[in-house]
Amino acid sequence: MTTNSLTTSQGAGRAGDKVFSGATLAAGCLILVVLFGVALFLVVQAIPALVAPAADIQGGNGFFAYIGPIVVGTLIAAVIALVIATPVAIGVALFISHYAPRRLASGLGYVVDLLAAIPSVVYGAWGAAFLAPQISPAYGWLASNMGWLPIFQGPASATGKTILTASIVLSVMVLPIITSLSREIFLQTPKLHEEAALALGATRWEMIKMAVLPFGRPGIVSAVMLGLGRALGETMAVALVLSSGALTASLIQSGNQTIAAEIALNFPEASGLKVSTLIAAGLVLFVITLGVNMIARWIITRHKEFSGAN
Amino acid sequence: MSKRIDVKDLNVYYGSFLAVEGVNINIEAKSVTAFIGPSGCGKSTFLRTLNRMHEVLPGARVEGEVLLDGDNLYGPGVDPVTVRTQVGMVFQRPNPFPTMSIRDNVLAGVKLNNRRISKGAADALVEKSLRGANLWNEVKDRLEKPGSGLSGGQQQRLCIARAIAVEPQVILMDEPCSALDPISTLAVEDLINELKDEYTVVIVTHNMQQAARVSDKTAFFNIAGTGKPGKLIEFADTTTIFNNPSQKATEDYVSGRFG
Repeated sequence: MTTNSLTTSQGAGRAGDKVFSGATLAAGCLILVVLFGVALFLVVQAIPALVAPAADIQGGNGFFAYIGPIVVGTLIAAVIALVIATPVAIGVALFISHYAPRRLASGLGYVVDLLAAIPSVVYGAWGAAFLAPQISPAYGWLASNMGWLPIFQGPASATGKTILTASIVLSVMVLPIITSLSREIFLQTPKLHEEAALALGATRWEMIKMAVLPFGRPGIVSAVMLGLGRALGETMAVALVLSSGALTASLIQSGNQTIAAEIALNFPEASGLKVSTLIAAGLVLFVITLGVNMIARWIITRHKEFSGAN
Repeated sequence: MSKRIDVKDLNVYYGSFLAVEGVNINIEAKSVTAFIGPSGCGKSTFLRTLNRMHEVLPGARVEGEVLLDGDNLYGPGVDPVTVRTQVGMVFQRPNPFPTMSIRDNVLAGVKLNNRRISKGAADALVEKSLRGANLWNEVKDRLEKPGSGLSGGQQQRLCIARAIAVEPQVILMDEPCSALDPISTLAVEDLINELKDEYTVVIVTHNMQQAARVSDKTAFFNIAGTGKPGKLIEFADTTTIFNNPSQKATEDYVSGRFG
């Protein structure tokens, strides 16, 4: 009987393989464990608030009546921040990747990255101490000239510490994230596709519309969603800038609140059921962020056939 | 609908590096002209100066004149965008826009500069261009599918359809078959033979048999050594270049003694 000579193998080479695959598996599992642990913690700690009698929750109308306005406030602040930041970020990214001379481009890219390095409490202090007073005359003008729109209804806040100011500060904070990711994506556009567009007689802007933006679209969506994640979860800046209050449609009056700022402001003095309520609010924020990310993935995969990956 | 090209004393630079020196060549309308020569001799670089694609690279510039029926491409006030609508280009690797359907790929150049086109006219143009590129029968049932789903040879013919849809005067081809299999190569070569009835075709090729098969005239480029500029050595009828060249270097190259 002969033994198959192919069954013997050099053991030394295999050990490294096993260690490496074990390490990657462990890293992958660790992420899941941490995520699951956080979710479990949030759910367990939140249950008392969810099952408590309505009268015991702050406001006296139950958890959902308490959290509803704050969720809306959070979404308003995040959406306004993205509406302001996204076009600017894409514009800056395109300028750096396709318009600016090479020297200027690298300098500008560095400055934009530097924006991301500023701590959020500094943004908050800047927003509260500088931006709010500077911008309040503009709110006065909006109230008297465009007050017929519910979102600009007067009387405008005299301090300028409104949800719109908070959103503007948030937009400056998410700008570097969206800009640097978009810039990386735009720089990766295949030269082949850019030249194809130019050779057809496209101007530079047409080339960007034809080759750069379609190629970068999934990347832009991911960048915006990352920015949205930051805007939804940003705490310090909103807590410092916004003079919070009940939900109101007007963006230039004080009022509204975001989940993260609500938790940060109330957690230190909270006890008992109040803690559970705030953790449940955290759970809601977690679910919203998860939902946003899933929608982003769905948008990206929907156009996979045309993505150029095939 | 085709124009001749006359090149006078053209020097091509990358920054301060002289890549191609002193080219004088007259390319007839409605003919196929092939550029052959060893790698790095500047034939692709020279081709890209004929529709001002050369200057897309940073630091690239030219000296001299390229006349398209007497109009200097490098004259003052000439917009490279206008030049490129007159002189189309097909690249080495097929490059249909991956995010566009086959139909939209064909119409990509036509819809530029905010030109509007009715659906009927667009349909007719798509069919005419795809028939012109010998691709219509293969794709007519899947015009809305992405162009990147086609085979390499079909993609290259789609790129040719896209180039002829804008009705250029001249079509430049930069080694259009080097990424294709022999069957697809044959299809593209047949197409080149048909294209010369309407267009001036200039093709760069590494394949001397291909130059012999498709071209009326052949230009041989050579380089004296690394770091030296490429030069046009000989330009004549294809049969002359391959059977009875006047230069020793040309004879050595076409007979396979170097390159």
